[in-house]
Amino acid sequence: MATHTIEVTVNGEKHQATVESRLLLVHLLREQLRLTGTHIGCDTTHCGACTILLDGQPVKSCTVLAVQADGHQLTTVEGLEKDGKLHPIQEGFWEKHGLQCGFCTPGMMMTSCALLARNKKPTELEIREAISGNLCRCTGYVNIVKAIQMAAERLA
Amino acid sequence: MIPAAFDYHAPKSLAEAVGLLSQYGDGAKVLSGGQSLLPLLKLRLGQAAHLVDIGRIPGLEYIKEEGGMLRIGGRTRESALEHSDLIRSRYPILLDTVLVIADPLVRNMATVGGNLAHGDPGNDHPATMLVLGAQVVATGPKGERVIPVDKFFLGLFSTALKPDEIVTEIRIPMPAARSGGAYVKFERKVGDYATAAAAASITLAANGTIAQAGLALTNMGPTSVRATAAEQQLVGKKPDAAVLESAARAAAQATSPNADRRGATDYKKEMGRVLAVRALKKALARAGGN
Ligand SMILES: Cc1cc2nc3c(=O)[nH]c(=O)nc-3n(C[C@H](O)[C@H](O)[C@H](O)COP(=O)(O)OP(=O)(O)OC[C@H]3O[C@@H](n4cnc5c(N)ncnc54)[C@H](O)[C@@H]3O)c2cc1C
Ligand code: FES
Ligand code: FES
Repeated sequence: MATHTIEVTVNGEKHQATVESRLLLVHLLREQLRLTGTHIGCDTTHCGACTILLDGQPVKSCTVLAVQADGHQLTTVEGLEKDGKLHPIQEGFWEKHGLQCGFCTPGMMMTSCALLARNKKPTELEIREAISGNLCRCTGYVNIVKAIQMAAERLA
Repeated sequence: MIPAAFDYHAPKSLAEAVGLLSQYGDGAKVLSGGQSLLPLLKLRLGQAAHLVDIGRIPGLEYIKEEGGMLRIGGRTRESALEHSDLIRSRYPILLDTVLVIADPLVRNMATVGGNLAHGDPGNDHPATMLVLGAQVVATGPKGERVIPVDKFFLGLFSTALKPDEIVTEIRIPMPAARSGGAYVKFERKVGDYATAAAAASITLAANGTIAQAGLALTNMGPTSVRATAAEQQLVGKKPDAAVLESAARAAAQATSPNADRRGATDYKKEMGRVLAVRALKKALARAGGN
């Protein structure tokens, strides 16, 4: 069984790891690097709980091989907070009650960050389209949209 | 869910990739965006001893017009199509299609070549490519060959590709004057495969009659179905509502959808008919007719 030595930059920090070909990126993050903020919700590429940024683009890390990420930049929810200060997107979810159980929240926030990086003033429709691959079973999305709108204002 | 063990290869050139595919034969599979292949391997519905990742081969991701053709690199991501000014301004039917493929996260990985090579009748690009008269460029040990998309889909998950061939480019003739196309899909929710969907293209003659017509349906049989009888009905006619509706009826009649959790056979055929009318009307409006 082939193994590979890979190097990934996660939240600005370089990590080397030895991985089996079939290891999924989400398992590398959670089990080898112990970054358990990225969740596994469905494991069938439907829910988006495992969303991380791969070179700045949101992707479902349960459907990427760890070895595919070799040499790439990854951002997980742990990379949002800086020096003990929450990222505006985290403040938005906090203040607008953008979560209930919180299971979808890390993925939802990573998708939101990528949206706001390319579109500073998204309309409600653009927000809803951007998060359409992230499922939330609790909130009904209304407060998630408000959270993202608030973050957009703070980042402007 | 964890796939069964396999070996992973990351060739740096096309020649090296084709060499690996030749060497491992049926045991090898191309890994492109992985958004169909990895879910299959995880559910263990599919198996491969060797994955050949074409993601580290330079020069396979592009969208450009050249030599009268739109050329899309085989590994171009759906999200690149979605954000391309060229696609947005000149190929609205492709934008229609890409926006209903999966969800934005999947589209950041999924590729156009993979969407065709997978041979899934639920995929959305095949019908659009059929009405656009696309060509699939496959690169193998003997070099390139061009496969007309009409000859590409052989059956359920089966295409004209040989095990050691890689889809390296998709070519689409540049739109003629007074032509338009549209793709209309009915899905239960974002990210679902089509209950039914229709692609249409229309080119108008100077006298306002239909000079060329394309119509194809998604997820209505073992492959996307090109409605040739319906297309023939349309050519030479003035495009009024009765003509479009009659063609749509003929298109739906020629399909063979399976009853499943998305609906019964009759329901899907009726949806196919309705969507075919809508796609034809939208294509006509874009061609400058009404
Ligand atoms: C939740 C979800 C929803 C989806 N919904 C839709 C939808 O609504 N509509 C839709 O059209 N698709 C949908 N898809 C499928 C998605 O678009 C796939 O990504 C696409 O079908 C395959 O592209 P890929 O690049 O990911 O290919 P991969 O998964 O990497 O490969 C798929 C197959 O094609 C072969 N292959 C890939 N590229 C090449 C190549 N260049 N040359 C030769 N063989 C190749 C592989 O060996 C494999 O057998 C969905 C996927 C998911 C996970
Ligand atoms: S765990 Fe990855 S999409 Fe649900
Ligand atoms: S807060 Fe519970 S799933 Fe979204």
